Amino acid sequence: MTHRNLALVVVQRIGAGALEAFEVSGRTALFAIDAFLSILRPPWHLAELGKQLIRIGYFSLPVVGLTAIFIGAALAINIYTGGARFNAEQFVPQIVVLGITRELGPVVAGLMVAGRVSAGIAAEIGTMRVTEQIDALRTLSANPMNYLIAPRVAATMIVLPLLTLIADVIGVAGGYAVGVTTLDFSGPVYLRNTSDFLEAGDVAIGLWKALVFGFIIAVMGAYHGFHSAGGARGVGRATTNAVVSAAVLILAANYMITTLVVK
Amino acid sequence: MSVIPSRLELSGVEKSFGTKRVLSGVDISVAPGKSLVIIGGSGTGKSVTLKCALGLIKPDAGRILVDGRNIERLRGKDRDTTLARFGMLFQGAALFDSLTVWENVAFRLLNKNRMKRAAARDKAIATLAAVRLPADVGRLYPSELSGGMQKRVALARAIAADPDILFFDEPTTGLDPITADAINDLIIARTRALGATAVSITHDLASARKIADEVAMLHEGRIIWRGPPSALDQSGDPRVDQFVHGRADGPIQPAL
Ligand SMILES: Nc1ncnc2c1ncn2[C@@H]1O[C@H](COP(=O)(O)OP(=O)(O)OP(=O)(O)O)[C@@H](O)[C@H]1O
Ligand SMILES: [Mg+2]
Repeated sequence: MTHRNLALVVVQRIGAGALEAFEVSGRTALFAIDAFLSILRPPWHLAELGKQLIRIGYFSLPVVGLTAIFIGAALAINIYTGGARFNAEQFVPQIVVLGITRELGPVVAGLMVAGRVSAGIAAEIGTMRVTEQIDALRTLSANPMNYLIAPRVAATMIVLPLLTLIADVIGVAGGYAVGVTTLDFSGPVYLRNTSDFLEAGDVAIGLWKALVFGFIIAVMGAYHGFHSAGGARGVGRATTNAVVSAAVLILAANYMITTLVVK
Repeated sequence: MSVIPSRLELSGVEKSFGTKRVLSGVDISVAPGKSLVIIGGSGTGKSVTLKCALGLIKPDAGRILVDGRNIERLRGKDRDTTLARFGMLFQGAALFDSLTVWENVAFRLLNKNRMKRAAARDKAIATLAAVRLPADVGRLYPSELSGGMQKRVALARAIAADPDILFFDEPTTGLDPITADAINDLIIARTRALGATAVSITHDLASARKIADEVAMLHEGRIIWRGPPSALDQSGDPRVDQFVHGRADGPIQPAL
């Protein structure tokens, strides 16, 4: 009898948890669809978009550039030592450029921007929520989706592919720097191998990923900020949740896109 | 039913947050051009009532009618034009902290009415003057203002686009008596002179007596008394009496 009760309780708990998970992901998905439609639909607040482009894009440049150069350098060393075990160390330039453009450029840019921008959007919109600024927007005939969220989503989606391109170049440069200084590559050979091997398609895949990551970053920040409640603590929680969920979703989306295009 | 249709009517509005019942059937009606003041203890749901009327909080039951039309049933353009008739002063000001003071005041003019920036700025400055703020305040950000100044900017923002239904949530709280009286005069001018309809919440009985055509007292989720301000002292209701005289003992237990 008690065993059956226990089993029942366990099943109920799991069921309730699953229902809640479904509810939350359903709400998030609806919010994401709404956000996506709002960037396609007028009215567009172009001044807001301009502000966000500068804030999100320009100020993310240093952090993306710095991380990319270290990732490129470390990647080159790893490929060299790994490749040396079966005499493939000469392929460092090719594998670095492939790894950076297809995977690490967009992922690193995505994760770094997620840390900055998801958190920033969640904190800003969350504060606006708890100080009733979002309610005030409504009473002044502005739709928060159009006025607040669409410009941020659009700006992040425009900016992340550009940052990824920059990360690609700087990441390859990091590999090159290590290649010619410590791994005995000749500069011209390294560059020729890089450019001969690189295909436009590799870069394009990375940029498509960046577009998707940009959407994830902004929507996670906006969603958690928009639904925050309970003062400063609530805003803090929203910020953390935004960054964590954006990072997880970026890595999951990256895996899915990679499987789709490799097939 | 009165002969003059109400500009704004709330009937049977109920709202609970979780298990906490805040409104249990609020009935309010305001005739066009009239000024209603809602009084009541702290936490009785006065702000929630206004937010329900604005559609910011969805009531669990009841109807909100503007000129006899249920605003929950309105869609698309109809809904936009009806909501554009409202102006709201939030209890906590709720100014946009990323915009300057004049951009706050001119927000609806700029974003909804698509007014030119220069014209919108002029209108904003004129509205700031009406709440007794000098023009150079317009260039500051809300965080650079005192609490009372923020309140007045919020008031200016609520009235800048000349809405004809005004909600003021504690418009004079935190202001010195002289400025408070100037705000009272402003509210009177908006209603008696310009014909707007106003619903104000206040704990300031002097202000209530001055600006109200009618006073309603909210208690335990319902309107328990309503009448002209002159009747406040002879309401015959011990709860209203206790409130008006500000006594801690009586039928209403102070929230601790
Ligand atoms: N978003 C919300 N979630 C949960 N509870 C809420 C929410 N908003 C208001 N309440 C609760 O509803 C009750 C009424 O709040 P309201 O802000 O309307 O009070 P009030 O009458 O305006 O008080 P005061 O005079 O102090 O401003 C309070 O007990 C409050 O805790
Ligand atoms: Mg209140």
